[in-house]
Amino acid sequence: MGDVILLAHGSGGKLSHDLVKKTFLPSLANTMLNKLDDSAIFEANGRLAFTTDSYVVNPIFFPGGDIGQLAVCGTVNDLSMSGAKPLYLSLSLIVEEGFSLSELDRIVKSVKAAAAEAEVNIITGDTKVVNHGQADKLFINTSGIGIISPGVDISGANAKVGDKVILSGTIGDHGIAIMSQREGLKFSVPVESDCAPLNKLVSQILKASLRIHCLRDPTRGGLATTLNEFATQSNVGIVVEEDKIPVKESVKAACELLGFDPVYVANEGKLVAIVKPDDADKVLAKMKQHSYGRDAALIGEVTDAHPGKVIMKTKLGPSRIVDMLSGELLPRIC
Amino acid sequence: MKFLDEYQNSELATKLAYRIANHSTKPIRLMEFCGGHTHAIMRHGIRQLVPKTVEMRAGPGCPVCVTATIDLDRAIALARLPNVIITTFGDMMRVPGSYSSLQRAKAEGADVRVVYSTMDALEIARENPKKSVIFIGIGFETTAPTIAASIVKAEQEGIENFRVLSCLKLTPPVMKALLDLGEVKLDGIIGPGHVSVIIGSLPYEFISADYGVACVISGFEPLDILLCLSKLVEQIEAGQPKVEIAYRRGVKPQGNRKALELMEEVFQVDGANWRGIGIVPQSGLKINQKYEHFDADKGFEISLKPAREPKGCRCGDILRGVATPLECRLFGKVCSPERPVGPCMVSSEGACAAYYQYGSSPSPYSPPFKGEAR
Repeated sequence: MGDVILLAHGSGGKLSHDLVKKTFLPSLANTMLNKLDDSAIFEANGRLAFTTDSYVVNPIFFPGGDIGQLAVCGTVNDLSMSGAKPLYLSLSLIVEEGFSLSELDRIVKSVKAAAAEAEVNIITGDTKVVNHGQADKLFINTSGIGIISPGVDISGANAKVGDKVILSGTIGDHGIAIMSQREGLKFSVPVESDCAPLNKLVSQILKASLRIHCLRDPTRGGLATTLNEFATQSNVGIVVEEDKIPVKESVKAACELLGFDPVYVANEGKLVAIVKPDDADKVLAKMKQHSYGRDAALIGEVTDAHPGKVIMKTKLGPSRIVDMLSGELLPRIC
Repeated sequence: MKFLDEYQNSELATKLAYRIANHSTKPIRLMEFCGGHTHAIMRHGIRQLVPKTVEMRAGPGCPVCVTATIDLDRAIALARLPNVIITTFGDMMRVPGSYSSLQRAKAEGADVRVVYSTMDALEIARENPKKSVIFIGIGFETTAPTIAASIVKAEQEGIENFRVLSCLKLTPPVMKALLDLGEVKLDGIIGPGHVSVIIGSLPYEFISADYGVACVISGFEPLDILLCLSKLVEQIEAGQPKVEIAYRRGVKPQGNRKALELMEEVFQVDGANWRGIGIVPQSGLKINQKYEHFDADKGFEISLKPAREPKGCRCGDILRGVATPLECRLFGKVCSPERPVGPCMVSSEGACAAYYQYGSSPSPYSPPFKGEAR
């Protein structure tokens, strides 16, 4: 029974301490975490950004990533999309009794790898164990703190008429990776999740221009939902061209099979930037230099024509409204 | 793997749009049988590529939508029984029944699980040998073969706790029923793509032979649909309706023999209850005697109150092509994907969901070419 999580691992007693010492500290050690005090204490000067997110993805291991990597990247990206440089993260786990210790170890190692890549430290954490059946394997919450440089002013409400819309790469990879795992779909070119920390990409493009008005990572709800959020928050219209939106062939094929529109499929390593027109080329060029922005493309612009609405020029020529995702994305039956 | 782009080529689309505009002289009314077609037509803006003379109506081809309220009530009643696990396609969860929904039954403690295929349901049955695992078998000739396969597999593996509530329906009989009703005059039918992969084109011959209505089977990519439309317009203008396949890469006239044999092995044809249409003879599939121990209609004691339809909901009219979603007074006001009143707003193949999601596009007819069409 030594190889699974027991209720006692979350009791605060000896097994809890063992778990911290043997599983968490070896991977995540840093001077603040090592103290194991009730709070992490640090100094910070300037404007801070603070965010939190919970991760309940099923399956917890998927092509191209796992829940641990996702929990770090998701929160790092939320900070980055405010223009903040992520500094510190908390890591809180709710584990179902009976969960495999070796799988937990694997997940903690990917937390470590993702945090190392993003150059952030996990400085506080917690583990709770719940009875079998009260949680599905493992839930993770991370919160994060970042610092915003002077001159950076990014918000979903900042889009201006004439601004250009830039997308950092192909859409739908994460959603299709998860779905193909769930549905047991096999593709000749397997689709991997794009899960990645985008803070360095953001710091690169902020070096190219401080006139980046909006940034957001189109996660659940996909590109369509993010664009609609911008249009509503800024009270502007957005026009995009379907032809310009990069989608991998394998993702297209999977979408055709499942009856999905890629603009609604989730991403975990992409961003949408709304940029002052004069700086769009500079920002696009800078994005393309970064490995996470290689396939970046200018996909549309902000207009005053239809405030609050997103219009897509389809490949065939006509235009149509792109609404937010409503309900859940479910594969077609027929 | 560039196969999809070929079917979304805008130059070819322009040529086809020209062809349709050039051939169309009189107003015609077409029905797209499949909800998948309704969605594709709206998503790609195809309505804007065809002239006003070509009217398109959504039809009954949405598995969730045509499931009768009483069948949904039956599924909900089964879900409330002890030691029962209900497995279903996700869209069914949110469809309101007469008094509740599967989603609500689940929140109240019933064990209802969303699966992506029948084989997942079978897996749940394997994992829970002490419970009855019931799959809500909805759909047309597309889902019927996989449901049949799961029953055959359950038989082979001796999985005794697996059951199917068969609400399966057949497309040619309901087309005949709609044509017999004659409520809406149709000149042509955009024939279902995936259904026809299974049954072929031969079962539709009566449409042109007996009713003088054109029928062209279409795929789901924009060029498939435009090709289908151009064939329909040409047939109707020439006064020579027939059954044609505009989806040759998927459909053969005689269909898929293996899938048909599998259906024949497990099911027998019976009457079926269609939302908005009622009982249509010979339009459904029930589990046959050989496999009746897998039939969820047998062996469970449930009592059902009379079914009632949501007040003001016009899903039935919409499924018969009598009304468009925009003619329903609830559409977009009381009824939305977040708070659906009827199934056509819930399902990803429902006509109301398509109209809601893709909305009224900026201009009704914007041909991709300059100057006069003719």
